[in-house]
Amino acid sequence: MRTFIGIDLGSTTTKALVLDENQKILGRGITNSRSNYDVAASVSKQEAKIGARFTLFHQALGDDGSVDVLLANLERNFRLEQFLAELVQLETSCDMYLDHPRFADTKNALREALAAVFRQIELEAPAIYAPGANRKSDFFRDIAGSRFMSLSEKVSKESGVSFDALLNIYDKSILDIEAMVSTDEMVAKQLLNGLSRAYRDMGGVNVSEAEAMVTLQKVLALELEETYVVGTGYGRVRLPFPKEHIRSEILCHGLGAHMMFPGTRTVLDIGGQDTKGIQVDEHGIVTNFQMNDRCAAGCGRYLGYIADEMKIGLHELGPIAMTATKTTRINSTCTVFAGAELRDRLSLGEKRPDILAGLHRAIMLRAMSIIARSGGVTDQFTFTGGVAKNEAAVKELRQLIKENYGEKTINISAESIYTGALGGASFAHRSVNN
Amino acid sequence: MSGAEVTKSNSQLIQKAMISRNYDRITSGECKVSSTFVPGNLNELLMCFDIANNLPEINAIQNAMRKKSGDMIQEAERSGHSEDVCTYVKADIGMMAKGNIAPNGKPFRDPDMLLLSYSGCFTFMKWFELLREQYKCPTVMLHVPYAADGQPTQNMRDYIVKQLKDEVIPTMEKVSGIKFDIDRLREYLRKSAQAENNLVWMLEQSKRRPSPIDCYFGGVYYMGPIFTAFRGTDEAIQYYDLLRLEIEERIAKGLCAQTLDGDMPEEKYRLVVEGPPNWTSFREFWQMFAEAGAVVVASSYTKVGGVYDYDGFRHDPDHPLESLADYCLGVYTNRNLPTRVDMLARNLKEYDADGLLINSIKSCNSFSAGQLVMLREIEKLTGKPGAFIETDLVDPRYFSAANVKNRLESYFQMIDQKRRAGGFITGNAAASA
Repeated sequence: MRTFIGIDLGSTTTKALVLDENQKILGRGITNSRSNYDVAASVSKQEAKIGARFTLFHQALGDDGSVDVLLANLERNFRLEQFLAELVQLETSCDMYLDHPRFADTKNALREALAAVFRQIELEAPAIYAPGANRKSDFFRDIAGSRFMSLSEKVSKESGVSFDALLNIYDKSILDIEAMVSTDEMVAKQLLNGLSRAYRDMGGVNVSEAEAMVTLQKVLALELEETYVVGTGYGRVRLPFPKEHIRSEILCHGLGAHMMFPGTRTVLDIGGQDTKGIQVDEHGIVTNFQMNDRCAAGCGRYLGYIADEMKIGLHELGPIAMTATKTTRINSTCTVFAGAELRDRLSLGEKRPDILAGLHRAIMLRAMSIIARSGGVTDQFTFTGGVAKNEAAVKELRQLIKENYGEKTINISAESIYTGALGGASFAHRSVNN
Repeated sequence: MSGAEVTKSNSQLIQKAMISRNYDRITSGECKVSSTFVPGNLNELLMCFDIANNLPEINAIQNAMRKKSGDMIQEAERSGHSEDVCTYVKADIGMMAKGNIAPNGKPFRDPDMLLLSYSGCFTFMKWFELLREQYKCPTVMLHVPYAADGQPTQNMRDYIVKQLKDEVIPTMEKVSGIKFDIDRLREYLRKSAQAENNLVWMLEQSKRRPSPIDCYFGGVYYMGPIFTAFRGTDEAIQYYDLLRLEIEERIAKGLCAQTLDGDMPEEKYRLVVEGPPNWTSFREFWQMFAEAGAVVVASSYTKVGGVYDYDGFRHDPDHPLESLADYCLGVYTNRNLPTRVDMLARNLKEYDADGLLINSIKSCNSFSAGQLVMLREIEKLTGKPGAFIETDLVDPRYFSAANVKNRLESYFQMIDQKRRAGGFITGNAAASA
């Protein structure tokens, strides 16, 4: 079947989205951007195609309520299969690094230690992907990395093997793994294995395993033809695309927001290192835009920096800030100065949630300034990008919009991180069909 | 990218030789030297006293294009000048601290006088205060009132003429030992007007499709002689005659605008640009436009030294001092915002441009203040899309190529998108466009 793909190569993550002939979303994919955009583009595209296979599988099975249960179980088990396959690759890669002359004397001890670590991660893997399990990240690097760290520390203490050597080997190996792209064959195998695994302990599904297996095989046999691919985002120049396949992320975010919410007139996109205020007309055509320049304070990275300063995970910032009883005033628009202000406030006895609420407000104040420069907020307003997932940021934004522009419809989609990729895919569709 | 051979026309080679001769004259020690500024400069008056014209802004630009300004600016910052100060000023201060070597490799002599003939930029005054402190030489601060109501008044004109008579000319006589001869000034002004006619002819050629010239990046070369030490000279007349011939030839051949890398193969976008260019990455900046097929058909920067094509100003030998006053009053940054808006909106319509691009300069409030308001107003008046980029004059730290390129690409694609959607006129905009 013909498909139209948009790939958004952001500074932090790379997103891909697949549309069908009727501009219906088939699948979405996301991965870390890494330093290699070619790989990031391929990985995210493969992930979006996996999403598409799930959608097609769902369509083929029909709307029986139990199908959702089957798909949720398939998703978990497929991810587990994927994780285990990457874990094998990681172990192989680590083993190869042991041949380095610097490890000549400790090779065997390190090999044993690594084996112990990997066996343990293998044992833990099903629990990581168990129903209801809470994962802080879906990226292999984050999941495997955090487990490798803590298990290596334990194993090195027990065996006397150098912890630094284990980490060094891991750091080198993970780069190799991140540069690998799963082939369609590998994905097909993992999906089929995942389906078998799902049926081992799954109740309440009206579809037999044999029927599901045949249906999935049919879906996997369907060729997803890449009819037209459009790339956008910071890494776009790294894509092996001809120039006409490249679109600016401003246009992609404008069109993507319009696709999700046709009434959109103003778009705010906060990405990893840039903030964009965009005005669009009734067709999703950009009429005006403004971006931050020279300074990325107030972007996603700002939050990452603050999380590091506070020794907490990025995803914890919003929830902690939501428990604030007041908003501490943070004056600085500079990330580093804000970090200093944060420590100063802490030393004065201010509460962490209150300071975090203040930091979220500081970010949004910067965004409001960019929106104002682009022409202000016109109904409807759509907030996109990774930061739109942060409830404290959204709360501050709502408040600031109300203060500055009155009551406005504010659209936020759970899939807002894919807005740029959706716009890109729409451009791909238009390139062929208009 | 920047290492390739630059294509130069005869007029550019001649201009280069003119600039070089002027630097040789300034550094020769054989004549008196005045430091002055580009906007509203009184070159013809200086010529009446055989005083050489040295322009610190031009020195900063020359140093920026030679990749020397960054070190000079940091030198100035080490001596206590803030990060936010106009980078022309810091490049000049830094150049002095580093031995005050002119672009011809010879040391600048201390100026014999400082002549401020345009006070619409407050920084100019501060700059000359610093130089006065350094050189302890006679300093003339001609006060040019801001044309806040859009049109200079007779009172303003009289006020400037009075200052010329009472302050400026007597100081020049004292510095040079030469008595003022108004007929000599008339003769120079006659020559100025002759070159100015060709200059306006040239500016208006970009109304053609394709435009044979770029009126921003190319424009800074074409403006050079008229805005600096050559207005009123035979050299300038010859230069503009030659330039006219070159442009006529380009028109006859149907060529697109000339760039540093040869002729643009195709003209895809026609822009009006507001604000000065970036000098430290001048070539790279221009290439971003040229590679996209974007030509600048009109720009406010080509009016920074004086406005000739908006209300028909020419230097007038029959009213010499009044004409100098009108020239100072009429420079682009001395015009109020509604006038600037009108000027740019008219450019957009008359030159059939796709849109307005503003290059906002971090350290130049003379240009930057009010630019966003202007952008909105011009969009409303013309229905054509605007865009905003941010760079600096001569501080290489403030040219973020990736960011500028990103915005430019977005803007060009935005124009494409609008064209595909059936033109620029949307909503209630541009009913009269």
